[in-house]
Amino acid sequence: MTNIGSYEERVRNFDWSLSENELKHTEGEIINIGWYCSDRICEMGKGNRIALYHEGFGEIERKYTFNDIRLASNTIGEYLRALGINHEERVCLFMDRIPELYLSFLGVLKIGAVVQPLFSAFGDESLHVRLDDAKTRAIITQRKHLSKVRKIIDKLPSLEFIIIVDHNRAKELREKEVAFNLQEATPVEEMEIYPTKAESPSVLHYTSGTTGQPKGVRHVHYSLISQYLTTKWVLDLQEDDIYWCTADPGWVTGTSYGIIGPWSMGITQCVLDSGFSAEAWYRFIEKYKITVWYSAPTAIRSLMKAGEEIVKRFDLSSLRHLASVGEPLNAEAVIWSEKVFHKPFLDTYWQTETGSIMITNFPGMKIKAGSMGKSFPGITGVVLDSKTFEPITEPGKVGLIAFKPGWPAMMRTYWNNDEKYREKFANGWYMAGDRAYLDAEGYYWFIGRDDDVINTGGHLVSPFEVESALLEHEAVGESAVVAKPDELNMEVVKAYITLKPGYKVNDDLELDIMNFIRKRLSPLAMPQEIEYMDSLPKTRSGKIMRRILHAREWGEDIGDVSTLEDD
Amino acid sequence: MEEMKDLVLNYVINEYQEDEDEEITYDTPLISSGYVDSFSMVSLKVFLEKKFQIKIPDDKATPEAFDTVNKIVELVNEYTNK
Repeated sequence: MTNIGSYEERVRNFDWSLSENELKHTEGEIINIGWYCSDRICEMGKGNRIALYHEGFGEIERKYTFNDIRLASNTIGEYLRALGINHEERVCLFMDRIPELYLSFLGVLKIGAVVQPLFSAFGDESLHVRLDDAKTRAIITQRKHLSKVRKIIDKLPSLEFIIIVDHNRAKELREKEVAFNLQEATPVEEMEIYPTKAESPSVLHYTSGTTGQPKGVRHVHYSLISQYLTTKWVLDLQEDDIYWCTADPGWVTGTSYGIIGPWSMGITQCVLDSGFSAEAWYRFIEKYKITVWYSAPTAIRSLMKAGEEIVKRFDLSSLRHLASVGEPLNAEAVIWSEKVFHKPFLDTYWQTETGSIMITNFPGMKIKAGSMGKSFPGITGVVLDSKTFEPITEPGKVGLIAFKPGWPAMMRTYWNNDEKYREKFANGWYMAGDRAYLDAEGYYWFIGRDDDVINTGGHLVSPFEVESALLEHEAVGESAVVAKPDELNMEVVKAYITLKPGYKVNDDLELDIMNFIRKRLSPLAMPQEIEYMDSLPKTRSGKIMRRILHAREWGEDIGDVSTLEDD
Repeated sequence: MEEMKDLVLNYVINEYQEDEDEEITYDTPLISSGYVDSFSMVSLKVFLEKKFQIKIPDDKATPEAFDTVNKIVELVNEYTNK
């Protein structure tokens, strides 16, 4: 029996008050995600239930009950308060998937501050841009990432506290650095939770666009209402489930469905903090008897590549429900999982800006392999004509995915960039930036992005960001960055560059440029291929025509070249 | 062989090690422990191909084959002897 039951009935009778009632939230009253994910679960008598099974490198296991996470988040929250962190100030989490990351997330929210998780593989430049934009006041990190923070600290006058959770006492702390060891801290039993309300800012996630710098997506505590219900109806989490979300909390999936969704339901979850290996993943599922697994197409394709023989070595019979997120799930992967795990991965579609699942396949619903599924109850989704911005009624006609604004987890703005936020709306609709069509049964079918953003391994990379970073390399004259098709990651970053006078193509240069970008930005942004050109295609006004290079990569028609600069 | 191992080890330490307190050896798991993620593997592959003048087929450049310095050297030897 699924939590959602009949999809059609849910759609007919839907109101968000259903979720509010289950969470016993009344309009105008206090709502704090940190409290909901820990204290409330303890008050419901589930304090001794395991909240988190954590396995780190070397198969070192740690486990935490809901009472443990309540105490730990109180302790972290009070520590931040004692430092002088005030409500709505930004606290960045820059850690690997260690328990302190998850516990700090709740602790920051409990004092009413804004939590800003950042992917720990970000290089110093990526880190600087995001911390500077948010005027972040504190960063919680590990010693292995300290060098990146130290490189940029002089350029971040707002950053007052660098909190190191695993400080090596043999090393000296520098100015602004403080050591905080959770295991050694005295647990705080009672804490005054900051009285955040529905519209109080909660989480700040940065996302990349085609042009300009990454944008800070501002969410509020009320997002819990849709995150809770989508977790319940789409991920179908039930009382005795053991859940594994493979996403890193540096990205929105890792917070909405790696922390908020499952813990607000009081569900036990597992976290594996290690690199990808098919063997390690299957062993993890077997060991913890994972029942619900939320992963990503790139990981699924990597598992497919590892083959079926390895699956047979493990007992994965605990798995009862699988879902996928980040990029379109190809039909082949759905069919493969039905064969190998005896159930399909269900594709789910949503974005950093939407905060929760918008279009999805549901447990119990007919699955069309390769389809995104249907709108979540309460979400009015359409495809719009790209010229008129009116809903398309003809099945099969491609348009722009759009939603009627107002669902609980909808972003409230881009940080410091209300103008860019307003550009996300047209004719009263929120524009997702993707193209799709609806079939006659109301299923969505993904076509592609409506812009140049690269989706690699489920993560968005801005070509502008990579191009700008390439121009900082001493050898690079001009740069253009496009998506290149990739069997595993769907797309990878490819750079076209010209060299400055005096530089020649040689064996070391390509590697040097790759590593330069990897360390400055991130491994995701690193060009997987670099192609040298004498000149890049430009319009007569000097604008680089990225779309021509994109068309080359994808074997598409290059279109109108009347504005192309003559050679 | 030892020289090749040291070359690869030094490259990994210089390019991928973030925490100076942790020791990376010939047998330290690189991919499965997260030192080198799957995206960064490409730059490691490019380094090996350029340094040793070999071509490693994409289907052989797996996380398992790249997981330790010892395994990497084994793979490199397979293609330098071709």
